[in-house]
Amino acid sequence: MSKRKLPLFVAVLSFIGFALLYLPMFLVVEQSFNSSKHGQSWAGFTLDWYAGLFDNAMVQTTTINTVVLAVVSTLVATLLGTLLAIGIHRTPWGKKMRYFYDMSINVPVVTPDILMAIALAVVFALFRSWTSIFEPGMLTMIIAHVTLEISFVVLVVQSRLSSIGKEQIEAARDLYASTAGAWCRVILPQLSTAIISGALLAFTLSLDDFILSFFTSGPESQTLPLYIYGSLKRGISPQIHALSTIIFSLTLFVMLLLVLKGIRKERKLAKSK
Amino acid sequence: MQQIEVFEGKLTTRSRMRKFGVLLTGPGILWLLVFLLIPTIFLMVLAFAERGSYGSIHWTFSLLNLKRLLGFSTFGWSPDNLLILWRSVKIASFTTVLCIFFGLPMAFWIANHGKSMRAFLFALIMVPSCTNLVIRTAAWMILLGPDMFPASIARFLGLIAEGESLYPGSFAVYVGMVSSMLPFAVLPLYTSVERLDWGIVEAARDLYAGPIRTFTHGILSQMMPGIIASVILTLVPSFGMYVISDLLGGSKYMLIGNLIQQQFGSASDWPFGAMLGVVLILSSVISLVIFQRVGGKNFV
Repeated sequence: MSKRKLPLFVAVLSFIGFALLYLPMFLVVEQSFNSSKHGQSWAGFTLDWYAGLFDNAMVQTTTINTVVLAVVSTLVATLLGTLLAIGIHRTPWGKKMRYFYDMSINVPVVTPDILMAIALAVVFALFRSWTSIFEPGMLTMIIAHVTLEISFVVLVVQSRLSSIGKEQIEAARDLYASTAGAWCRVILPQLSTAIISGALLAFTLSLDDFILSFFTSGPESQTLPLYIYGSLKRGISPQIHALSTIIFSLTLFVMLLLVLKGIRKERKLAKSK
Repeated sequence: MQQIEVFEGKLTTRSRMRKFGVLLTGPGILWLLVFLLIPTIFLMVLAFAERGSYGSIHWTFSLLNLKRLLGFSTFGWSPDNLLILWRSVKIASFTTVLCIFFGLPMAFWIANHGKSMRAFLFALIMVPSCTNLVIRTAAWMILLGPDMFPASIARFLGLIAEGESLYPGSFAVYVGMVSSMLPFAVLPLYTSVERLDWGIVEAARDLYAGPIRTFTHGILSQMMPGIIASVILTLVPSFGMYVISDLLGGSKYMLIGNLIQQQFGSASDWPFGAMLGVVLILSSVISLVIFQRVGGKNFV
């Protein structure tokens, strides 16, 4: 879409929308530098909360748990999801199978988190009567997060696959590439950005999740959101805000990096033309 | 004898390709079957069981939970559960309307920038989601407090009395809901704005359609699958939401999500919780069917 003149209210409503997204983030950042502990008003600049993070064992263990959970579940979901997307895309499925796959991918997307959470909590309890590996803990949490993430990865990878089309692989084959070679050297490099964005989406879903963790966690696998939720009644410690600010800045940084990389690639393309 | 065909420039048979396809899709599909389909079916079975004493489960077929859902108990009929259901539907629908109301202009506004700026703005939509929902909601608890500027503005406009705050209550719940659901509303809207065929819009103008008619017939009709996807992506999760209503709604604010959480928590009445879950399953299934009717294929 080229540039068009939009009515003023479009910009105004967009601004309100962005404000709704970013007001809580600004508050979190502000509170992380605010020296008043429970005060809502500004009482001077401090870095104490950041320094305090290094002594708070509870924050450290829960942060490690959160990151481990996010990384492991993202890796598993990305692997399974990418294979699933490729398998659906390149195989000449019949109409019924295609419908089955479409459903399997889209149903998890419209399943409310809490439904997924209680269903898993219930079967984990059932599985426990046969084997003890489903004791509430890191494993059950990872299983829950992967289940949530898979279909989002599939959707992202699949949309890229269908825009690549089938001609390229045929061209590669005409030039005497083996099927495996054509996939590895022609399709996968083009797919890598989609796989990465699918993984990023999965990672975001895991970091943002509270409900799945709440229903599947055990005493040894407290994550940051669970810890914060538990301590909310006493008020959030500014240390949590300091930690959130660090996470927020990191994600902003990574996003900027990816966007800048995209711009550079575009410029290169424009030059070569 | 199987018919030999060419796939990806190789002579092979359909069944051989399919066998390999099963190998590729197998792990993922198996995962979803074991950890999503079977649990959901099991939950539906559990919904018709009964709670025994001390939270144990009696495996007898009974409609007790369905009756309780509809408000019948040993003490006669009470509308409590139905009111909670109605409130959940109401809040989910209003949240969805608000998300579309803000999401549509945002999608157009973002799409109206240069290519790299567009990528940046789109990324900005997703960044807040990396900070956990609980933290963002807790931030709203402070932001909507009596000493912060939203409350002062509301007081200045005469919307709330002196000494009152915007939290806890319905207003706070809506703010929290829209703030957390907005990214998922914008996602599909933005993709469909990018795909818009502006030739149709110009044709409408050439044929003397006014600005409103141009918008409804030229633009909205093209975006319908995206809008429906956006509606479902906000409606279904906000119907099951419970963290936001728990934190921003105050102690008496119950939604179906809170009720479910209670059954699996303090009440330890899993069968009734499962029956409430069945209501959520129905809502998901209905929205999926609607989505496919309007011709949408994938949500994102």
